[in-house]
Amino acid sequence: MSVELGHYLMVGAILFSIGLYVALAKRNAVGILMGIELMFNAVNLTLISFSRFVSPPTDVSGHVFVVFVITVAAAEAALALALAVVVYRNRETIDIDRINLMRW
Amino acid sequence: MDDVGSVVAFWMLSVMTLGAAVMVVAVRNLIYAVLFLILSFIGVAGLYLTLSADFVAIAQVLIYAGAVSVLILFAVLLTPRAARDNAETFLQVPGLVLATLVAVTIGAIALVTDWNEATRGAFPETAGAIGEALLDKYVLPFEIASVILLAAMIGAIVLVRED
Repeated sequence: MSVELGHYLMVGAILFSIGLYVALAKRNAVGILMGIELMFNAVNLTLISFSRFVSPPTDVSGHVFVVFVITVAAAEAALALALAVVVYRNRETIDIDRINLMRW
Repeated sequence: MDDVGSVVAFWMLSVMTLGAAVMVVAVRNLIYAVLFLILSFIGVAGLYLTLSADFVAIAQVLIYAGAVSVLILFAVLLTPRAARDNAETFLQVPGLVLATLVAVTIGAIALVTDWNEATRGAFPETAGAIGEALLDKYVLPFEIASVILLAAMIGAIVLVRED
């Protein structure tokens, strides 16, 4: 019994769908952000597995790409959480069912 | 990867990562959900180590398990009167159906496709190679990333500043 590329891809797929469910269904805006971070992690795991099992041994492009994804994800998390704090200051809630200013 | 240690490590880390992610969904307190999210991040870092991606694993621990989770905890604590019950909206059932469909689709594609795997060993070490690639082939994205980080920092400060 050995660990192949397919095992890692399955872990990535399951982690991505858990993150998708969290991002779609949670009511708290911070909870939605947690789902998005889970999806980022699943994608990074898939990139690293392809880099390990498919690309040639001297090529670290997959790793570099993951480093950039982590950078952008950190910037995105900082901005999204700042937005959540601003919404809370103005409306006393970050419950997305009650942030319905633009609903017709 | 055939040796017993890697196989055992893979299965334990996978169970830890996915179990912690399920607990993020299931637990009824937002603070506990953040703590399980940190556990899931650390599990992913361990999976990176089994893939011989040492630099990315350390970056994952530093940035996700360290910085991003502390940011999320800050956001939870700065919104004290918001609901902390980690509840779902009316999209619970459609979201569950959609997530299951996505998992089945990606999983089927991952298993059916012939990925043209190369039989090769692990990387010896990646930090030096990544550093060379960042400053040689990928120097322009590297510089743009610094601009993005600066913009995000200024934006977050401007948004949250009280005046």
